[in-house]
Amino acid sequence: MDKATLTFTDVSITVNVPTGTRIIEMSEKVGSGITYGCREGECGTCMTHILEGAENLSEPTAFEIRVLEENLGGKDDRLACQCRVLGGAVKVRPA
Amino acid sequence: MSVPPFTIRPAAPRLEGPSGPVLVAPGVHWVGALDPGLRSFDVILKTANGTTYNSYAVRGSEGVAVIDTVKAEFADEFFARLEAVARYDEIRLIVLNHLEPDHTGAVPELLRRAPQAQVRLSPRGLPMLRALLKDEFELYDIKGVTTGQSVSLGDRSLQFYTTPFVHWPDTQCTWLARERVLFTCDLFGSHYCDGRLFNDLVGDFRFSFEYYFDRIMRPFRSFVAQAIDLIEPLDFGIIAPAHGPILRSHPRDYLTHTRRLISSRLASETGSEKTLLIFYVSAYGATAQLAQAIHDGAAESPEVRVSLFDLEGGEIAPFLDLIEEADGIALGTPTINGDAVRTIWEMLAALVDIETRGKLGAAFGSYGWSGEAVRLVENRLQGLKMRLPEPGLRIKLHPSAAELEEGRAFGRRLADHLTGRAAPREVDFAEIAAR
Ligand SMILES: Cc1cc2nc3c(=O)[nH]c(=O)nc-3n(C[C@H](O)[C@H](O)[C@H](O)COP(=O)(O)O)c2cc1C
Ligand code: FES
Ligand SMILES: [Fe+2]
Ligand SMILES: [Fe+2]
Repeated sequence: MDKATLTFTDVSITVNVPTGTRIIEMSEKVGSGITYGCREGECGTCMTHILEGAENLSEPTAFEIRVLEENLGGKDDRLACQCRVLGGAVKVRPA
Repeated sequence: MSVPPFTIRPAAPRLEGPSGPVLVAPGVHWVGALDPGLRSFDVILKTANGTTYNSYAVRGSEGVAVIDTVKAEFADEFFARLEAVARYDEIRLIVLNHLEPDHTGAVPELLRRAPQAQVRLSPRGLPMLRALLKDEFELYDIKGVTTGQSVSLGDRSLQFYTTPFVHWPDTQCTWLARERVLFTCDLFGSHYCDGRLFNDLVGDFRFSFEYYFDRIMRPFRSFVAQAIDLIEPLDFGIIAPAHGPILRSHPRDYLTHTRRLISSRLASETGSEKTLLIFYVSAYGATAQLAQAIHDGAAESPEVRVSLFDLEGGEIAPFLDLIEEADGIALGTPTINGDAVRTIWEMLAALVDIETRGKLGAAFGSYGWSGEAVRLVENRLQGLKMRLPEPGLRIKLHPSAAELEEGRAFGRRLADHLTGRAAPREVDFAEIAAR
């Protein structure tokens, strides 16, 4: 199984995760302030700021892009319930 | 039937209000509705004499704009007032400063009557408007707008200011520069109903203004601060909110007063220190001992000011003022009948009234055999959007010397997270998944 690392700076913890993991699957368990509402990419509650490794995340779908725009997300923001870690190192904090 | 010698009338002044539209400024009319009978709003606040839903019509040389509407039950009243100042085919623009039902109850019908109108709202209102209009959403010219964008009505234009979370994520303010009127929707509102409408004419609504702030705006106070920063430079002569009196006499005083309301309620004296508050409830003293140990551990850090409180010795409201200013809280509770104790839940329930997002949270407690309480409290703290860097500390019955040392270490780590000195940790997926 391929590995990647996912760092949550607000609780200073790095998790070694299998590739394909969604950020939300880990953020809740490590106690990060990244929280969720719908878990279906609709509400924007889980908006997350990507500090490093944005290129290691799955491409946003058209729907995620629309929800990010409507929630006034910046260019380094993603939805934690939508994007998957594909490899390498990714560093995040709540948006 | 004999005629009574007098008729009983409600004692409150002018609750019936004006039957037609009311001029607010040249070309600007109030076309809202009075709801004198309302006693409970949004389930969370009371009102002793109802509220108003203020909607406004702005006439320009090239059409009319409608700013917000009313609660659905009052749609007829709203349409009657609107029809007295404009024809539906003149309506060029509908501005929705906020999508809550108390302001959008007449929107679907207004759009049916004025389908040519452009609808402008904050981008975060779009998904809500989609949910409100369903299939009809596609029929209209609906666009999200952000700070700096404007729509012209010919000789005057309306400019938008995105001010999220001055209630919901979708809130915005609208500025009519030519008449110096600022439409703020829920911001600067009060649930106070008086048909005389203007702050220099109505009864004493001061506590209503503050109470409304406390219940509606306080949980978002950092957003209120951002909104005020954004609109403060505008040279407004009238603040036209969507509830309660229209503020045309000394409008800036209400902005200044709101600035006071969002600032700390306590004398500020901690300077650059971080503050950690530890609250506990304890039946037999086990959780209390643990609380003391956590306190002692955290207090070893000179940059952290630690306080310890027995929740049963205080009232919730003053504790909330304290928590609002704190950087972190730790809550201790024994497990009683498979749950955290009621006093802790009362405190946790009350935390929705203040801004908790981003604060550090932690839970601890003594238990006998199952120990559910700590996890339940942690879930609630996460729901309040706090960060919980340390998994909760649970100790079976009274803590041993070694367990008290564990408590002190837990306190030290909480302090480190507050000062930013916490050592980075690396853990495996499997370990986390098991939590
Ligand atoms: C009425 C009552 C109900 C209890 N229910 C539970 C329970 O459901 N699960 C559990 O783990 N412990 C339970 N306990 C045990 C307490 O959690 C345990 O005594 C703990 O050490 C009390 O901590 P304290 O001294 O801080 O009050 C219960 C105790 C009492 C008095
Ligand atoms: S939780 Fe709602 S968008 Fe991710
Ligand atoms: Fe509202
Ligand atoms: Fe409202």
